[in-house]
Amino acid sequence: MREWLRDREHLVRMGILFAGALAVFLVVRAVMVPKDFGTYGHFRTGALADNMAHPLVFAGRQACGDCHDDIVASRKGSKHEQIGCEACHGALEAHASADDPSALKPKLPDVKTICLVCHRENVAKPAGFPQVDPKDHGDGGPCTSCHNPHHPEIS
Amino acid sequence: MESLLHSVQGYIYPDELQLQWSILIVLYPFITGLVAGAFILASLERVFNVEAVKPTYRLALLTALAFMIVAPLPLQLHLGHPERSFEMYLTPHTTSAMAMFGFVYLWYLMVVLVLEIWLDFRKDIVLMARASTGLKRALYRAMALGSDNISERSLRIDDKVGKFITIVGIPSAILLHGYVGFIFGSVKANPWWSSALMPVVFIFSAMVSGIALVLLLYQFVSWYRKTAVDMPCLDTIARYLLYAFIIDFSLEMLDLVHRIYEADESFKTLDFMVHTKLYFSQIILQIIVGTLLPIGLLALVQLVKLTEQARRAIYGAAGLLTLVGIFAMRWNVVIGGQLFSKSLLGYTTYKMGLWTREGLLPAIILLILPFVILYILVKLLPPWDEARDAEATRAER
Repeated sequence: MREWLRDREHLVRMGILFAGALAVFLVVRAVMVPKDFGTYGHFRTGALADNMAHPLVFAGRQACGDCHDDIVASRKGSKHEQIGCEACHGALEAHASADDPSALKPKLPDVKTICLVCHRENVAKPAGFPQVDPKDHGDGGPCTSCHNPHHPEIS
Repeated sequence: MESLLHSVQGYIYPDELQLQWSILIVLYPFITGLVAGAFILASLERVFNVEAVKPTYRLALLTALAFMIVAPLPLQLHLGHPERSFEMYLTPHTTSAMAMFGFVYLWYLMVVLVLEIWLDFRKDIVLMARASTGLKRALYRAMALGSDNISERSLRIDDKVGKFITIVGIPSAILLHGYVGFIFGSVKANPWWSSALMPVVFIFSAMVSGIALVLLLYQFVSWYRKTAVDMPCLDTIARYLLYAFIIDFSLEMLDLVHRIYEADESFKTLDFMVHTKLYFSQIILQIIVGTLLPIGLLALVQLVKLTEQARRAIYGAAGLLTLVGIFAMRWNVVIGGQLFSKSLLGYTTYKMGLWTREGLLPAIILLILPFVILYILVKLLPPWDEARDAEATRAER
């Protein structure tokens, strides 16, 4: 055995080095991979709870309608009917869930910029989509001076 | 936004406006191709007993290692957060080709290249440890793993193990570069990439670029060290370069003819792209300057009896043109595949930054880096036969 090993000793040492590196890797892997990894799929199960623990920022359309039913009614039949309230008014969970919502009144959106997010003229938009070049339309005034944002069609 | 639209022709989807895969992703297959090609050239001597290429065997191995170390850097620079790449080893997803490739890379780097180089240079390492003192001696002793045994029998065993590793290394090298072609070839939404021929074309173009690189490096090193070039060796390498190039070019033409004959719904769009946006990089650089010209030059040497000096000049020119051509091929695959819209109705333009994270300067640095690493490797482990003899004499004293 000793005779066999004599001229192969360096190879055995290299083998031990590789085995050692593999062992270190396995230990690092055991320490670093979260214990609950892979229970439901290729992710850490705890990530679900982490995500659920994030505070809500959007209240949802229904919460808005609970108090502002007049606005919901005014949007009926409008092209804006299906647009979420918070798309223009911003995230309002803090307002909706407050004991006194009037104390946390959200700021009204700047109509000069927010309308143009969708309605600025662009060749890539479908031809039938209402779009304007603010230089030629509205005389620089706020859109709300002619349009009701909750029911923007001018009859 | 307005200024970006000027670089667009026809109709494209919003996410196609800017290219997601930059010049760094062009570099990645170029560099891995050089690794695989240099290794396959080295294996010619070891496995297929092509004695003539022996003078370049060790240089080719060190070249492969130097480029292999740099190969993942363009990807990491492109993705950012290099520390996250380790996660791929910790929790690999078995259905992800990219995750599995991490293991192919590690296998190839550690088991094939490092082990083979170690076995081949072990005698030199031991001799250098014996001949040196102080820190240098400690370094070489550590590299020899504390062993001082360079008996005839131990070297014979090393040779046998080395040969076995080279045999395992050939399919590994093919896997290494075949993967890169596979990644592009399997993107079924992209008609420019989606082809089963892609991995095969990538393997042969890898062999071509790796052989051309070693051909150039060997000539440069001989000039730099003022040693005589072994002409039979150079002639043999050039012959293998010609053979590999002919197969590579035939495969690429087969792919082209197949596309023309099949003429599916994407054909007109791609054909227009090749005649406009890719005209210079594909028709001029890749096919004429980078393929037909070097093939013509290399074939000329086979047909006409030329002087040694003329042959060396031709090999130098052909090698350089080959590298330009293969780089252009990678460019045309990676960049070309993102220039047309999936709607097949429009095109965008690639605007390369200069001093940005994915710009031209980082790409140039990443291309110089393997040569710096190679310089250090060559200083550490001189691959020349005279160096081995000199160390032996010094160690005996």
